Amino acid sequence: MPKVKIPTPLRQYTNGSSEVEVGGGTAGETLGNLAAEYPDLEQHLYTSDGKLRSFVNVYKGDEDIRYLDGPDTEVSENDELSIIPSIAGGRCTNV
Amino acid sequence: MALRFGAGDVGHIHDHAKEAYPEECAGAIVGMDTGDMKIVVDVWRAKNTHGEDRGRRFLIEPLQIKEFEEKTQERDMDLLGFYHSHPDHPAEPSEYDREHAWPYYSYVIASVGKDEVEDMRSWVLKEDRSGYDEEPIVFG
Repeated sequence: MPKVKIPTPLRQYTNGSSEVEVGGGTAGETLGNLAAEYPDLEQHLYTSDGKLRSFVNVYKGDEDIRYLDGPDTEVSENDELSIIPSIAGGRCTNV
Repeated sequence: MALRFGAGDVGHIHDHAKEAYPEECAGAIVGMDTGDMKIVVDVWRAKNTHGEDRGRRFLIEPLQIKEFEEKTQERDMDLLGFYHSHPDHPAEPSEYDREHAWPYYSYVIASVGKDEVEDMRSWVLKEDRSGYDEEPIVFG
């Protein structure tokens, strides 16, 4: 099964594991299965309408899946997906 | 949980906030999590790569976060959180901050004016993402 690397802030929802094995043939399917297995992860990965949050980045090896086939990016047995935060913020609420 | 800072690390954040003024600065806070306290051992500057308005926004790219994660693991430390500055604005998180926040991380905000840092506070996202809890900062 593909492996998914979990960043520090989300490990509290995967029983402390930094890496978990989850079934799935595509990146989207694998992440969906991850969220199903660890339901507390879901709100931090997806918006209320089911889209991956914009500051949640998923890499297959060293490549951002946005530049591959997005959620349809194929993953195989030995692939490793990494969930990597981008950190954003700022003082202004407008714009 | 409280966040413990040494004077040197606070000085680094203040210096970064003043140098970046009127733009926002940002960086990583690394150290040890004892379970009761996050002990800051170092702070690492990050590049604010927000493309539009760095006076009101900051962005740390995922590859830089990946690098920080790997560097902390190599040194047997934890990535405890991030700092950023609010130029001419209180050290309180905005709605924009909340939408982009991660659980667990300490978000240290320095309120900076033209000449000095006026306030520095730390915040942690609530479990249900509805807001923040303020995290006490302990010095020494």
